[in-house]
Amino acid sequence: MRFWHVMLLIGLSWLCFTLTPIGWVHAIDIEGLVAQDTPSDGGQSIDLRWTSSSLNRVIILRSTSRDSGFTVIGEAIASDGAYTDFSVVEGKQYFYRLGWLSGEDTVYTSIAGPAVAKSNWFRKHRLNALVTTVLMFVLVVTFVNKAKQGKPLYIRRISGLSAIDEAVGRATEMGKKILYIPGILSLSEIQTIASLSILKHIAKLTAIYGTDIEVPNKDPLVFSAARETVREAYLEAGKPDQYREEMVSYLTYDQFAYAASVTAKMVRERPATNFFIGSFFAESLILAETGQGVGAIQIAGTADIPQLPFFVTACDYTLLGEELFAASAYLSREPVLLGSIKAQDVMKAIIMVVIGTGIVTYAFGSEFIRNLLLSR
Amino acid sequence: MKRTLPLFLTFVVGMFPIFAFFVPHRAVSNLNQQLDTWLVIVAAFALPLGVVNLVGSNIDKIKRKQRGWPYSVVLIAGLCIMAFYGIVGGEQGFHPYFQYMFVNMVSPLQATMFSLLAFYVASAAYRAFRARNIEATVLLAAAIIVMMGRIPFGDMLTGGKMTPISEWIMTKPNAAAQRGIIIGAALGAASMQIRVILGIERTYLGKGQE
Repeated sequence: MRFWHVMLLIGLSWLCFTLTPIGWVHAIDIEGLVAQDTPSDGGQSIDLRWTSSSLNRVIILRSTSRDSGFTVIGEAIASDGAYTDFSVVEGKQYFYRLGWLSGEDTVYTSIAGPAVAKSNWFRKHRLNALVTTVLMFVLVVTFVNKAKQGKPLYIRRISGLSAIDEAVGRATEMGKKILYIPGILSLSEIQTIASLSILKHIAKLTAIYGTDIEVPNKDPLVFSAARETVREAYLEAGKPDQYREEMVSYLTYDQFAYAASVTAKMVRERPATNFFIGSFFAESLILAETGQGVGAIQIAGTADIPQLPFFVTACDYTLLGEELFAASAYLSREPVLLGSIKAQDVMKAIIMVVIGTGIVTYAFGSEFIRNLLLSR
Repeated sequence: MKRTLPLFLTFVVGMFPIFAFFVPHRAVSNLNQQLDTWLVIVAAFALPLGVVNLVGSNIDKIKRKQRGWPYSVVLIAGLCIMAFYGIVGGEQGFHPYFQYMFVNMVSPLQATMFSLLAFYVASAAYRAFRARNIEATVLLAAAIIVMMGRIPFGDMLTGGKMTPISEWIMTKPNAAAQRGIIIGAALGAASMQIRVILGIERTYLGKGQE
């Protein structure tokens, strides 16, 4: 066979392959089509299941009657063996069948159904998360009650929090202001609430020492809450006359406009101390590096993992993750709050044991603990 | 009442999303979505407070002719013009002048601030990677390996060994440390949320602890 014969053969084969409609020459083996309500959902969908080894596409047809009215609602790869229909109405009966082209005819499977989408009252696959949540609640309540009974609770030294007094003192000595940035997310973010707790402690210190504090905000809700927090702190410190509305200001809702405004304040007013405590994104390094550039002592705290290296690099002290949430207990030394930290530590120990056991059992071929921890 | 009502609301609004996480029923998920909508409405009501504060402080600055007062004029003018064309442009804010200002003024300014990050990363990296002690030296070595593993030059120098070492650093020690922090932070956040929901932590209300 000459070379051009081979090339012609390859060319014709390719042409036949590309011009052939999907499924035209293929017989598709599909068995056991079943339609049923998706378990543990809000009645939004129906699951279809079947078995097939074919890699061709099949069309999904649906009707509200067994005898007629089937319309195409989607398509799937036959070997996937599954399709979820999200376009159903809760409580309505549906019948399904699959179809594919064989020659010029369309071949259909037998009809599956009726299937009815129903709202469920519990997500079974989240049972593990429910047990963990209940356990956490029980531990917190137990240790808070223990703390209320006067049992002494130990909390380790956190350098970043211990340095707050020193940082406020430095600003007082220098006669310069303190800049407090409560992050850029709203009050629905738990880090922001933790930040407000720390703000209250710092505002009390500034009230006592007579140091100026400024809290520029990005979020209007945080602005209102921060203003209330600082006012309350000055009141509790017995210095309500020293509180000024300008201490807590609103800047803008735009992330980078906020960063530009705060960095400009740093450069113009050269604060002695900067606090970056809360939730931060790309502006974290812009703020922290500018603060570093103007020679301010800087304390940061966030649970946003991608921002931690930036703060660790550019700030004098950084509260890493959980330290931020422990701050209110650490600073106030309230036994009730310390109780919840103790509960958190016990939960951490339980998780460590479970993870450790999971690693060992998985190494010996058991997937029990791994499966136990899986959640959707 | 002034003390109890906020705590009661916090408890209900805090517990409901937890309840909705485990209960998929349509009635529950609808109500949960409704709560999210209410949050947006509350935030919308808080926005005028911020705007009033911003305008007030800048007008004050202009009146007193404080340092940099012309910038306050620009700020107030920008705020008024953008707000005017935003409102005139209807629900989507598609007035041509609004679009023009957004595309040609706001976006380039945002991009400029974001691009400054590259220079800040360089200066922060210089400070972080100075080999002052053992830990900093380990950090420097790891950083060099990871950076070399991300570029073809690293593999060219080492015969393809740099990429696997870099991947190992990222997926093993780095991922392990990150997960440790994530688990700790998640537990801390959960503990804080429980304190807030149960009314143990009240500093966000400006009322101190129990």
